[in-house]
Amino acid sequence: MATATPTSPPAGIGVMPAPVLPTRRGAELVLLGLAAVVTTSALAVVEANQEQAVTTDLLKLGAAYLALFALAHLAVRRLAPYADPLILPCVAMLNGLGLVLVHRLDLAEKDSARQLGEAVPSADANHQVVWTAVGVVLFLVVLLVVRDHRSLARYGYTLGLVGLVALALPGVLPARFSEVNGAKIWLRVPGFSIQPGEFAKILLIVFVASFLVSKRDLFTIAGRHVLGMDLPRLRDLSPLLAAWGLSLGVLVVEGDLGTSLLIFGTVLVMLYIATARVGWLLVGGGFFAVGCLVAYKLISKVQDRVATWLDPFASYNTTGYQISQSLFGLGTGGLGGTGLGAGRPETVPFAKTDFIMATVGEELGLIGVAAVLMLYALLVLRGFRSALAVRDTFGKLLASGLAFTVALQVFVVVGGVTKLIPLTGLTTPFLSYGGSSLVANYALVAILLRISDAARRPTPARPARAVPATPIADAPTQMVQRPS
Amino acid sequence: MNTPLRRVALAVMVLVSLLLANATYVQVVKADGLRADPRNQRVLLDEYSRQRGQISAGGQVLASSTPTGDRISYLRTYPTSPAAYSPVTGYYSLQYSTSGIERAEDPVLNGSDDRLFGRRLFDLVAGRDPRGGNVALTIVPAVQQAAYDAMTSAGYTGAVVAIKPSTGEILAMVSTPSYDPNPLASHDATTRTAAWEALTADPASPLTNRAVSTTYPPGSTFKVVVTAAALASGKTTPDTQLTASPRITLPGTSTTLENYNGSTCGSGPTASLTEAFTRSCNTAFAQLGIATGKNAIRSQAQALGIASGTPNIPLQVADSDLGAIPDDAALGQSSIGQRDVRLTPLENAVIAATVANGGVRMQPYLVSRLQGPDLSTLDTTKPMSLGQAIDPAANSTLTQLMIGAENGAGNEGKINGVQIASKTGTAEHGTDPRNTPPHAWYIAFAPADNPQVALAVIVENGGNRALAATGGSVAAPIGRAVIAAALQGGR
Repeated sequence: MATATPTSPPAGIGVMPAPVLPTRRGAELVLLGLAAVVTTSALAVVEANQEQAVTTDLLKLGAAYLALFALAHLAVRRLAPYADPLILPCVAMLNGLGLVLVHRLDLAEKDSARQLGEAVPSADANHQVVWTAVGVVLFLVVLLVVRDHRSLARYGYTLGLVGLVALALPGVLPARFSEVNGAKIWLRVPGFSIQPGEFAKILLIVFVASFLVSKRDLFTIAGRHVLGMDLPRLRDLSPLLAAWGLSLGVLVVEGDLGTSLLIFGTVLVMLYIATARVGWLLVGGGFFAVGCLVAYKLISKVQDRVATWLDPFASYNTTGYQISQSLFGLGTGGLGGTGLGAGRPETVPFAKTDFIMATVGEELGLIGVAAVLMLYALLVLRGFRSALAVRDTFGKLLASGLAFTVALQVFVVVGGVTKLIPLTGLTTPFLSYGGSSLVANYALVAILLRISDAARRPTPARPARAVPATPIADAPTQMVQRPS
Repeated sequence: MNTPLRRVALAVMVLVSLLLANATYVQVVKADGLRADPRNQRVLLDEYSRQRGQISAGGQVLASSTPTGDRISYLRTYPTSPAAYSPVTGYYSLQYSTSGIERAEDPVLNGSDDRLFGRRLFDLVAGRDPRGGNVALTIVPAVQQAAYDAMTSAGYTGAVVAIKPSTGEILAMVSTPSYDPNPLASHDATTRTAAWEALTADPASPLTNRAVSTTYPPGSTFKVVVTAAALASGKTTPDTQLTASPRITLPGTSTTLENYNGSTCGSGPTASLTEAFTRSCNTAFAQLGIATGKNAIRSQAQALGIASGTPNIPLQVADSDLGAIPDDAALGQSSIGQRDVRLTPLENAVIAATVANGGVRMQPYLVSRLQGPDLSTLDTTKPMSLGQAIDPAANSTLTQLMIGAENGAGNEGKINGVQIASKTGTAEHGTDPRNTPPHAWYIAFAPADNPQVALAVIVENGGNRALAATGGSVAAPIGRAVIAAALQGGR
């Protein structure tokens, strides 16, 4: 399997034979198989601990999972044969674990509904499987449409505008179309609702990458030299100011702390990567501090979050309840966890979405938390690896921007759940229940795979352009008129 | 561009390390505190989802857990005469914690005890829900019920403790007024809260187990201890002559101490110890106590378990104490069980049981057996001797004195053909002792020649006789009824 031939256009004839690079698709398949084994075993453990009988749920979920990742693997094999072999298995593992946890929390809800004599809620795990399917389809579409990531740069401004509109839309719509649990970040269509911000995030990263590539030279012009560092010129601050303004807008209008933080942090880091100037980080840090101060002074929600972060137990019965319950869950889980299906993770509000890491911590323990964090680290570092290896600047910026945004999101949400930093509402990529986040992150991963494919694809494809298609000896002699 | 890229990647690793370090802090360093936090329902819910073991006595189930359909899988119920047994069983509440045996034997009942480890493992392998172990009590239902009925039918506030002298098994432990633990264990929050608020607001404090948690001045029942100390010194015999004066002035003070009703002790100028014991003459015992000495009385009291560190039974028992005895005046008052002498009803029953057991004090206990969920025996409590508290010769003399006291203490409730040995007490208390109805005491054992039961009865504030109450008129009939029940059905 490892020797499967690439479907890239045939290398130029008559030049050096291309070195046969392994595509590593075999390794990917083996790792995907491992993820499938772990996921189905985890499902079986949940069933054993909860109902002591293997139900058809297990088969349905397992089969759907296998089919989806078989499809994703085949797509990569066909469309991005040199893509990084670790990224997709990491995603499969996280998504599989997410499915197991959502299913596990479904069972708990079903149980309590049954005991309270209420209607049994529909199983979210089934919805999540559907969303995974939608995500895999979008993954295929992105791989199919974006044959070369550099083509995205051409649509930078368009995509950026679409992203901006998507981000702003819930903010300007009436609350009944956009508000859920106090955050105006939704588009509520009858039947389902999506968070356009999740998609906007990716589009904005594409825009920022293309913008920075085209204007990169401007930003490297040093302004004043302070304390051994080159500070950027004031007029060059406009993109950073724009990102800052956008973040604050998202925060104030939509009440979405997480996305706000994510956008600003990602833009700042991309700016730093593009310019290699530490000065940008300092200025950005200053902006961030001012933004935090302004937000803290003006928005009571931010004050609440900080207060509950400092001492969640002081406001146990009100704002601190959620984080207190999360800490109880994590503490009860301890090192090894209670075992899947044997804990009480449903005690934590929003256990399926923002607080899914509390469930991991309770039932799989510190070991589980560390394993999940390692999966994210692996995913992100493979993204950075692709950014290092790819040859074009746009690809580098895009890949690192996407990888960093995943890292930052994980840090913000896991840090919030474990009380390292104040809580912000964000989903845990691939793990949390929620369609928008899942589908958007599949698009993100598709782009990463596309870039990693370009990074590892053998170079000789390029000189082929300069060389005639036929061997020189067989080519008909061209008559060139001598200029007189 | 690659240098900043590498730096950012490194920064990401730092972020991940921070998350890991923090998770370690929460899940390892702080884990125990978080797990044990009373607001953490997880441990509690786990416990409720297991079937808690039974508490039983003499084949009767006193507490058991029955499956329910609700979120908390099992409801704790107290099926048998709940108020009679609640001072022993205690309650088991979702909201208000636990008490009594429910608390003392919680690890066995909830199944977490180490002795149940093997069974837990087996249940795990067999796929069965782990269950808690059972606790079998030494309580004899007929005796417990008789004691409770005797106290409540007269409307008395107080306590009864009956002990089997040869082993220390507690046959009955009653505290009145009592309460029904069922509403406290209810899964309905309104029922629970209403019951709790009514019980805690009640001035009679029904949740208090007076038998072990309250200490009272023992009054004349303490003369048993003083007599034991005096006899053991060898200087005193039943014929030793003591003052018969109706009142004496305590040495070094102008305080007087007088006999009950201000009467003289018998007809002569002096009274023998036998006569003084039978008539319970205060002046004579103040004199005897002072003559015997503080140290002798204190060491006798300690040998009987007063102020010597009270072992749990396994309920927590309040410490009985003699208080400070700074001078002979204080010793005189202490010798008649007043001043700062304080005994729990349990301790007074232990004193009676020790005399009944030839002077050997046995550790009292409530739990006869711990059983696994399958009723296999995990542990059987073996009777434990706490040593020869009273010299055997002195003890048989003391027994004779107590027989005399019983025969001189009224007839109400006398049992035909059974010789009881006893001592009554009428203990003054409060800030205005002369106008406060006294506590009525009765400590006894029977049959005197082959004791099967020893007990202590206390009726607070004179029972139904107010200021006229005496141990003989109020507490003794209760005690005799309990002895009758113990000698008939109990054995």
